[in-house]
Amino acid sequence: MIRLEKRPQPSRAWSMATPLLAVVATMVFGGLLFAALGKNPFVAIQTIFWDPLFGEYSFFYRPQLLVKGAPLVLIAIGLSLGFRAGIWNIGAEGQYIMGALAGAGVGLAFYPLDAWYVFPLMVIAGALGGWAWAMIPGLLKVKFGTNEILVSLMLVYVAELILGSMSTRLLKNPEGYGFPGSRNFNDYPAGNSWIAQDLGMHWGVAAALIAVIFAYVLLNRHMLGFHIRLSGEAPRAARFAGVNPARLILLCLGLAGALAGMAGLFEVAGPAGQINIDFNVGYGFTAIIVAFLGRLNPLGILLAAALMALTYIGGEIAQDNLGLPAAAIQMFQGMLLFFLLALDLLTNYRLRLAVKERT
Amino acid sequence: MKLSKLLAGAALAIGLASTAMAADKTKVGFIYVGPINDGGWSQHHHESAKKMAEHFGDKVELVYRESVPEGADAERAITQMALQGADIIFTTSFGFMDATMNVAKKFPKVKFEHATGYKTAPNMSAYSARFYEGRAVTGFIAGKMTKTNKIGYIGSFPIPEVIRGINSTYIHAKKANPDVKLSVIWLNTWFDPAKEADATQTLIDQGVDVVLAHTDSTAPLAVLEKNGGYGFGQAADMIEFAPKPRLSSIIDNWAPYYIQEVQAVIDGTWASHNAWDGISTGMVGIGEITDAVPADVKAEAEALKESIAKGEYHPFTGPLNKQDGTPWLAAGEVADDGTLAGMNFYVEGVEGSIPQ
Repeated sequence: MIRLEKRPQPSRAWSMATPLLAVVATMVFGGLLFAALGKNPFVAIQTIFWDPLFGEYSFFYRPQLLVKGAPLVLIAIGLSLGFRAGIWNIGAEGQYIMGALAGAGVGLAFYPLDAWYVFPLMVIAGALGGWAWAMIPGLLKVKFGTNEILVSLMLVYVAELILGSMSTRLLKNPEGYGFPGSRNFNDYPAGNSWIAQDLGMHWGVAAALIAVIFAYVLLNRHMLGFHIRLSGEAPRAARFAGVNPARLILLCLGLAGALAGMAGLFEVAGPAGQINIDFNVGYGFTAIIVAFLGRLNPLGILLAAALMALTYIGGEIAQDNLGLPAAAIQMFQGMLLFFLLALDLLTNYRLRLAVKERT
Repeated sequence: MKLSKLLAGAALAIGLASTAMAADKTKVGFIYVGPINDGGWSQHHHESAKKMAEHFGDKVELVYRESVPEGADAERAITQMALQGADIIFTTSFGFMDATMNVAKKFPKVKFEHATGYKTAPNMSAYSARFYEGRAVTGFIAGKMTKTNKIGYIGSFPIPEVIRGINSTYIHAKKANPDVKLSVIWLNTWFDPAKEADATQTLIDQGVDVVLAHTDSTAPLAVLEKNGGYGFGQAADMIEFAPKPRLSSIIDNWAPYYIQEVQAVIDGTWASHNAWDGISTGMVGIGEITDAVPADVKAEAEALKESIAKGEYHPFTGPLNKQDGTPWLAAGEVADDGTLAGMNFYVEGVEGSIPQ
């Protein structure tokens, strides 16, 4: 008989090892899935993990990894602060949309003014937009004790409706013949987030790297970071240490919202180019996977986002070259979270070969 | 130095990719917004693409990508296809327009064709179908078949294409039945079977007994089959729901157009244009009208279709007023393509407002 025994302390070694094991398990079972679909699993895995980095067209894919990874890092960093404190913001997708709308709105209001301050104002507006949207579940939780998971998630759908309305009315391109969608920021240099498009560098990539450093310092060197960690790991102790829970909730949600909003702004002002009805593609939800895959650790999140971006880009190549269905790639990505959560059991529990006691 | 080397490499490779291809098979790429088995829009583009590939046999290699989100991901998908040597790429959703345009600028030797948009370039065409011609026929049948005098419409996004369909449906339902009322539910999605089913149920609960959809799945027909009421196939024939609830259908038949354009690429005669075809060229097809429709109604509907195909009748012929009562078309006047292309108003008699 094998039975589970709770560890007195979560295992550090397993905590580091499970993400790697989850990746390996995903490769094995993903490979089986691809084989079941009649594709060579080794070629498929190679296409997903190798080709974007070192394949024939890697000069094009490597920059794309930055484009795909940057919003994931930004959002996941914000989420991880809340998750550490036990504050479950599931609505980053909505905060991402609202940030993009607020930032793009400011940019479009200045169009076609060519001034250096347009883009910084857009970034600030983007952060404020996401922050304000995250304050709704925050204030409701603090004032009325509502569940932030439900409220933040539901607000994603509200944000999508506002996005639809904005793309067909207020922010609609006046020269767009009545079709939905705003002006394209790629045609507006003063409001553009690209630094070097061919290298995949935009301000969102820079901001993501800064956010990683900022979060690392905050968590390891700052009293606030200590309070965040303490609240998640030992809520009672946190109260004795003088942590104000309401303040912490608003702070964590606000930071996550602001970062998600900035991610939205950088995306709309660069890679996506315009506000449109289908602007959001799920970064806010994928970032939850990234945050956990990265162990809620800033450096881990950086690596996890890179891995996630790799499966996106590689998965697309596999669709084109091997004819794998899009759904198979989504399953492959889903397996990653599934195995991570399953293997996480080993961090908190250990397997014991139990000898039945005789009576 | 690393940077300039990388850029030089990229430029070289892009140059190679666009020149090396002429030698062998013509590579034809398709980008779909939905899965290729959505039962509607994307599936029909894909089936037309396959028909095109069959037509050319060994001369053509077909590559495609399904479920491509609009925006940055679309641009990467199209670039990737161009890099891998596609000679012509069809991007089959309105939201791919700017992405297609951006890629077209980078690959001047590759031909691009974008569906349902309005932007063109020397190497990028726009193509679309006059679905409102088909809507006239299904709207007419709907007006005749409703017993409660209430028909319902499931709208996707409030864009001119969908608004044209709603107006055409209403105008012809009203011709068939002066007492008819039309309610519209907007879903803000092209493909979401659960939402489409909910919307259909809501319409039925309001007393609607004929539902027309401008979304891509078969969910509305499935709900109608269970709970009574009539509907129509959208984009695909959806014949599996005949004779009831599916009375007829509007079929997108892109195959003849795809064959024509790929042939032009092979012959080296391809030229940029803005195509907008309807029933007459077969781009818009009307599926078989089932026996659930009385013979005289069927005959009238078919006569309507014929007159549109021959160009004798235009579905937007005056006298027509806008919803607020301001005159739009005088008696006998026909709407011009410019107004139709940017249509953002309901005609008089349609209830509710366009969500904005």
